[in-house]
Amino acid sequence: MSVLVDQDTRVLVQGITGKAGGFHAGQCMDYGTQVVAGVTPGKGGQKFRDEVPVYNTVAEAVAATGANVSLLFVPPLAAADSILEAIDAQLDLVVCITEGIPVRDMAEVKARLQMPGTRTRLIGPNCPGIITPGACKIGIMPGYIHQPGKVGVVSRSGTLTYEAVWQLTQKGVGQSTCIGIGGDPINGTSHTEALRLFEEDPGTEAVIMIGEIGGTAEEEAAAWARDHMSKPMAAFIAGTTAPPGRRMGHAGAIISGGEGTAESKIAALREAGIEVAPTPAEMAEALLKVYSPG
Amino acid sequence: MNIHEYQAKQIFAEYGIPVARGYPARSAGEIESATSSFAEDQKIVVKSQIHAGGRGKGTFTDGFQGGVQIASGPAEARAIAGKMLGNTLVTHQTGPEGREVRTVFFTEATGIDHEYYLAILLDRKTAQSVVIASTEGGVDIEEVAESTPERIIRLQVPPTLGLRPHQARRIAFGLGLEGDLFKEMTKLLMNLYRMYWETNAMMVEINPLVRTADGHMEALDAKVSFDENALGAHPEIEALRDTNEEDPKETEAAEYDLNYIAMDGNIACMVNGAGLAMATMDIIKYYGGEPANFLDVGGGATEEQVTNAFRIITQDPNVRGILVNIFGGIMQCDVIARGIVNAARTIELTVPLVVRLEGTNVEEGRRILAESGLELHAAEGLAPAAEAIVARVASAA
Repeated sequence: MSVLVDQDTRVLVQGITGKAGGFHAGQCMDYGTQVVAGVTPGKGGQKFRDEVPVYNTVAEAVAATGANVSLLFVPPLAAADSILEAIDAQLDLVVCITEGIPVRDMAEVKARLQMPGTRTRLIGPNCPGIITPGACKIGIMPGYIHQPGKVGVVSRSGTLTYEAVWQLTQKGVGQSTCIGIGGDPINGTSHTEALRLFEEDPGTEAVIMIGEIGGTAEEEAAAWARDHMSKPMAAFIAGTTAPPGRRMGHAGAIISGGEGTAESKIAALREAGIEVAPTPAEMAEALLKVYSPG
Repeated sequence: MNIHEYQAKQIFAEYGIPVARGYPARSAGEIESATSSFAEDQKIVVKSQIHAGGRGKGTFTDGFQGGVQIASGPAEARAIAGKMLGNTLVTHQTGPEGREVRTVFFTEATGIDHEYYLAILLDRKTAQSVVIASTEGGVDIEEVAESTPERIIRLQVPPTLGLRPHQARRIAFGLGLEGDLFKEMTKLLMNLYRMYWETNAMMVEINPLVRTADGHMEALDAKVSFDENALGAHPEIEALRDTNEEDPKETEAAEYDLNYIAMDGNIACMVNGAGLAMATMDIIKYYGGEPANFLDVGGGATEEQVTNAFRIITQDPNVRGILVNIFGGIMQCDVIARGIVNAARTIELTVPLVVRLEGTNVEEGRRILAESGLELHAAEGLAPAAEAIVARVASAA
């Protein structure tokens, strides 16, 4: 069991004819992901790797292949429009890897996602993607560090997720699904929503949540977990040493007006009874303090 | 990206947001020509242009008081500006080193009846814009929010609808404006929102927005910051960037697509991924060290980028040791290893170096480091790496 994606997921890649899109589409296929279509406007009729048909529009690709999830590599100034196209085509899930989308564009996308009758969930942008180990990789994460299992991982940071996953795998603890929700100030799926998915998934027994400075998403997730989460949880928050007012690499990683500090997030998590790892080297260890894999 | 007040006011003027007549000057010649366009009996405000608040209460490093001053006429304005230009202004936001004033801005002095506060910014929690207005302007808005929250008007603006006239009316009425002033204010609000949206601003702030003695609304100050991600679509705004206001190492790093932020410590670090880079600073601190910088080389760094990254972090004279922490996913450890070897040879590294590599092609990467003959410590694991660099820096001190 897993959340959002599994071996039956049919993936189309928006921007498959670009350098990054093509490289990672290939990597996902090599992992075993069913990549059934590509979309690049004006390049309909081409084939990717001599087997995956490329279409001009998402709607066409969906009609022809039954794709239900999009992996998106469109350049930043055009990416929001491509997300909107995927939402209009009623895909179940859009995984947007693109970094550097204007915040205003994401505000518009968010408003579209919240319209009644919308079927689509967005993961990202500015994220590594989502993987259900052994079944389906939709993103840019290195597949081999993962191992199928029962721990869910959700994170705003790519390499920190790899760090947590690698620590788990080295201890022989597998993962159900790992979700990179992205480092932008406005994103599609929040920590709280990811926790809810893991709580409802019978295949997930425990969760590691990785957050960082900026915004209040971790505090909200902690409050939700305190009231609704029955599964053991560990967390890590990056940015204890980050100076206020500076954007630490991720567009969303900024302490402003006293809000978004690591201290506030760690306090909220501890108050909710969640085990907080003191360093990024101890994320798996922290989880294993509160969870014994069966 | 932040811009100067005089640049913000030029954009305001283009969007029909009322500002006083004003001229910037960057040299003695420009001071002369700027001040000569005012009448002899015209009171003139002389304003130091730096990207920091608290200018009025600031002090120059030579003891000259006040980064914003009122002159009785052009002659006095020239004298004041001459003392400001090239001088270094220290405010509560600049830090003790202050900022060099490279531009002064002259505006007509305005008679003030009342000071208001007005801002539009993007609220990440709701993914909507928020208009914030208050009858209490010219002071720190955080303090107003704390002590008299009832004097603050907050209004959500959905991105798909934009600011609507009824909302502008609510704000103008809420500030107690009537008659022509009310009309001026609603128009100002609609124009300000249009500017905020069309230019991809993250925040526009007018503090204070004033009711002038002769009965008009006017933006007395202007603070605007833009979304870096949208500058590709706005070359005219990118052109307003003042690199003198940025750390030269950060500017240089940006040219190589590296994300660098200088810190106060002595252990430099080079990491791939923003989250891991922050976490690496945290773990250095956890083991008793002090990070000298944040540096994210990104997900797919090349050998050349790694070499440049090394050069930039070692330019900081405080650096006593370097920690490289790479979790190679897309980025391959052998590429990083070659970059490290090249960089260490070209810049003749004199401080201890600890390298922790994990991920794709890690064995090959470790082999390259081992066979390079370089003096470095290859650590296995993040915690041992952090402990190793902290210990080496401490023992060298």
